[in-house]
Amino acid sequence: MKRRVVVTGIGVISALGHNSTQFWARLSAGVSGIGPIQSVDCSQFRFRNGAEVRDFRPQDHFEEREMDFLDRFAQFAVVAAREAVRDAAVEWNGGLRRRTAVVTGSCVGGQTTEDAAFAEVYRDGRSRVHPMTIPRIMANAGASQISLELGVTGPVFTVSTACSSANHAIGQAFWMVRDGVADLAITGGSEAPFSFGNLKAWEALRVVSPDTCRPFSKGRRGMILGEGAAMLVLEPLEAARARGARIYAELVGFGMSSDAYHITQPSVEGPVQAMDAALEDAGLEPEAVGYINAHGTGTQANDPTESAAIRAVFGPHADRLAVSSTKSMHGHTLGAAGAIEAAATVLALRHGLLPPTANFLEPDPECDLDVVPNQARRAEVEYALSNSFAFGGLNAVLAFRRWDG
Amino acid sequence: MSAEELTRRVIGVIAKTHRVSPETITPETTFQELGMDSLDAVNVLFALEEEFNVNIPDEDAREIRTVRQVIEGIARLLAAGSQGGAQPLGEQAT
Repeated sequence: MKRRVVVTGIGVISALGHNSTQFWARLSAGVSGIGPIQSVDCSQFRFRNGAEVRDFRPQDHFEEREMDFLDRFAQFAVVAAREAVRDAAVEWNGGLRRRTAVVTGSCVGGQTTEDAAFAEVYRDGRSRVHPMTIPRIMANAGASQISLELGVTGPVFTVSTACSSANHAIGQAFWMVRDGVADLAITGGSEAPFSFGNLKAWEALRVVSPDTCRPFSKGRRGMILGEGAAMLVLEPLEAARARGARIYAELVGFGMSSDAYHITQPSVEGPVQAMDAALEDAGLEPEAVGYINAHGTGTQANDPTESAAIRAVFGPHADRLAVSSTKSMHGHTLGAAGAIEAAATVLALRHGLLPPTANFLEPDPECDLDVVPNQARRAEVEYALSNSFAFGGLNAVLAFRRWDG
Repeated sequence: MSAEELTRRVIGVIAKTHRVSPETITPETTFQELGMDSLDAVNVLFALEEEFNVNIPDEDAREIRTVRQVIEGIARLLAAGSQGGAQPLGEQAT
């Protein structure tokens, strides 16, 4: 029998702050964390702005020894996981540790380390790189460190599906808890994409905005890269109730699909199939959904395509839906995006307050949805979707339900 | 470089890399006594290669159990280097 699965802990580190409280305060106030990139000299780039985690001091979180083998993206994963586990007040015992899963998403893994190490051998002509380079680069470094730190010995792995990584990760964790494969899951994603080489690669794609991220708005000029991590604690409803845990929301559905269309161009059909699959998995009629946290990258291609996909799934109900893209505030965090946006969706349901699409200028007829421009909105929504659509055509959608106790 | 100088520098590198006080290390100290696992050991070997501009072969690295073995090994590599046997840093990658 399938078990109901609830979210009992949230941890977030992003451009909007170092914990989930700061994250929600800024997100619900419509404050954008986008600003001039400080970690890389972008003076010769076609873009200058990003959504960086500011004032992050690893030494406040890790011993020197731990910092040796933790790239920035893995540090973010651990910081978010610690907050989520503390927030959930998980009561550990040997049996639970064996039955706990850690599933994380990351698109580029420890590429800040990789970029620096490769520059040393290629550019500087050095004959060796630091021995911790490999453990720092591996995309599962965050998941492994969370497992080590908590003594968790159940299923632990990392999913890499570009911008859908975290949604695919959360979906796998959700199904494992629902099906009884795991009794607790710590799941989400983390990313730290700000290195010279990686930013150059993004520049070449001509999808990064020279100013800011304005999803669904006329005058939008592209995406803004972001960094950070978010982790959720998932557990079966009965277990959460038995220990008196605070429940944020119920995770009710997960759907995925592949466009099989183009390596970077989005399609309408793939996202439609993924949203349909999430609704079916949740046993929901489209009319039950009141809010969608959109993929909403702010690129020319994504936003009209996603708007058309939402119209195709929801029909006339699309006009009664609120849709917002919080990437306008925390940036596009690639492999962490689904996790940060899942946290945003869960908190929106809990607080009855829909975060806005910030930096919005004026409506674009090609994106004719109610995108909650610039101002958060009070709304008691029962069901919400969180969309992630990746380069490579891989789509993953989560469905959440407000928890009324 | 005198033997004393070499010993002092090797111990200094190990202490700094492994984050222990140099006073706790003598040539007779073993890596095991320092609580070093295999990953700690490759970190120390990397730091020694950087400090002395030598390449420690994998076969030699696997045999190392004591600080004295390190000192003797570095001394051998430095002697070979001064006879033209070791390459200076930077030349191999070009």
